Amino acid sequence: MTTTPVATGTAERQQPTELRTGKPARARRTRGAARAPWMLLAPFLALFVLTFILPIIVAIGSSFTSVRRSGLFGEEGVTSEFAWFDNYALALADGNFIASIGRMLLFGVVQVPIMIVLATVLALMLESASARWPGFFRAAYFLPYGVPGVIATILWSFLYVPGLSPLFDVAALVGLEPDFLGAGSVLWSIANIVVWSYTGYNMLIIVAQLKSIPVELYEAARVDGASTWRVVRSIQLPLIRPALVLTTVFSIIGTLQLFAEAQVLMKVAPAIDSQYTPNLSAYTTAFAYNDYNVAAAQAVLIAVVAFALSFIFLKLTNRKSA
Amino acid sequence: MTATTAQRADAETERSARQTKSTRRSDRMAGKRRSSTIIVTAILAIVALYFLVPVYWVFVASTKSTEDLFSTYGFWFAPTFSLWENLSQVLSYDGGVFVRWFLNSLLYAGVGGVIATYFAAAGGYALAKYDFKGRNFVFGTILGGVLVPGTATALPLFLLFSQMGLANTYWSVLLPSLVSPFGLFLCRIYAQATVDNSLMEAARIDGASELRIFHTLGLRILTPALVTVFLFQLVGIWNNYFLPLVMLSDTELFPITLGLNNWLSQVDRLPEFYELTTGGVLLSVIPLGIAMIVLQRFWRGGLTEGSVKA
Repeated sequence: MTTTPVATGTAERQQPTELRTGKPARARRTRGAARAPWMLLAPFLALFVLTFILPIIVAIGSSFTSVRRSGLFGEEGVTSEFAWFDNYALALADGNFIASIGRMLLFGVVQVPIMIVLATVLALMLESASARWPGFFRAAYFLPYGVPGVIATILWSFLYVPGLSPLFDVAALVGLEPDFLGAGSVLWSIANIVVWSYTGYNMLIIVAQLKSIPVELYEAARVDGASTWRVVRSIQLPLIRPALVLTTVFSIIGTLQLFAEAQVLMKVAPAIDSQYTPNLSAYTTAFAYNDYNVAAAQAVLIAVVAFALSFIFLKLTNRKSA
Repeated sequence: MTATTAQRADAETERSARQTKSTRRSDRMAGKRRSSTIIVTAILAIVALYFLVPVYWVFVASTKSTEDLFSTYGFWFAPTFSLWENLSQVLSYDGGVFVRWFLNSLLYAGVGGVIATYFAAAGGYALAKYDFKGRNFVFGTILGGVLVPGTATALPLFLLFSQMGLANTYWSVLLPSLVSPFGLFLCRIYAQATVDNSLMEAARIDGASELRIFHTLGLRILTPALVTVFLFQLVGIWNNYFLPLVMLSDTELFPITLGLNNWLSQVDRLPEFYELTTGGVLLSVIPLGIAMIVLQRFWRGGLTEGSVKA
């Protein structure tokens, strides 16, 4: 934020040089400085346009287009026309798609706070003087982040299936008969996989912010005789707010993108249908029904909901701090 | 970290030794501190069990034959230890396709991670250290990209790449992996805080071109941030499932995530795929697990410095 305008600074400070070497050198330098940022940005921007901007334009474009096939099997050619909001109307009229968004909202309201609170508590405990072997524990908690979501789900799915999983033997010891894959419980079995995968990652972001708190603050608190709880509440929690906001926003976006976990569990859990999550729904529309236009409308709707939720969350947290 | 804790513990014992003859109050304090250490460590250990048990289970499962897998207790080993048979089956099945998937993942994540980091560094540095027309617009647009869900662009990207004839090629997974808006964002923050204008000025007076200044001066100063960005991108690509699933139909091009899921989908027909899948999961968890444990200190370092100075 404190960047000085380099190009003008160069010109000013080079006055003496210019007097000695004449104008061409100065002109060459300023031209170089003017072109340099674009040359440095060019590769990133080119790929950004190809993989972000163009797909977004294509998605919005095809979400407003409808394709009409003439003839019984479309053999008489395909015509596409501007369809206004027809695809959006179709997507929104699909009760299963709306239900999947509702399901993800319920999922997010429960899973995201649990994960963020768990990550915060673990980070605070690891950074407290009371913890032994913090390096080992930090590595253990972070390990699942290196396990891809699909593989984590394959792993947990083995643990959810009766007959294969030792969890059922353990549960039987205390007289429980869990059903991890039933209609009512499978959503929370997915939540468990997400918590398992990402708590350590969020914890690490919070730990990084905790480490940036100046030692003097802790010393001042100790001099004042503040209790551990008081230090947590009055120093640590307020100062790690940015990390908490960041991890929450990423988790909200991640929740709406949920796909791999549901798709992999589908094979063992009949309760999961092909429209269980919004993304699964869009994928099914595109590749099972070959209706790319409605799928594009669904993709746009998912992005808009994710964007709106992140925006609302950021607004709420900003207002609270002001 | 462990060293500092050890030092702290040493200092504590020394202090408590010195204070043995002082008041009873400090005794009580030391006792309280010891009991809180035990409680905190016990809680941390129980939570660690939760994170480690599934990995332990997959290790145990991959040492068992298919019959034992269903007939013996899951958290303990079967009498016959068939880990090596299972692993050699994983590696040789279908002409060693698992090895191919592994190398594909390595290619996507390794090459993608390195190039994405370089591009993000160049872009972030340019946005931090130069004042030019359109800078805020460019940065704002890229920042918007951070909030766009990756899966939202995957479907339209597939349509786009099919028209360009790129779908179902290495490029279809590699090209989108070369862009990291979040990485550019981190590099910009870090470059603003650490790359000194007067140093750049000195290099300019020495006659170095702007690109040369970035490559010799900028990249070296940005190294801690680059490690962080590289790790984020490496893990992001390695874990990606939706993009390759949408793009690829040829199993030869699959990364490991897609390949293992392909095996899992066949267990209903052939139970031997349980062995292949558990063995494959174990083999794919080990390298990344080791990488996570070794690299987590770098991870922390880069992020902390970025956030301190921002």
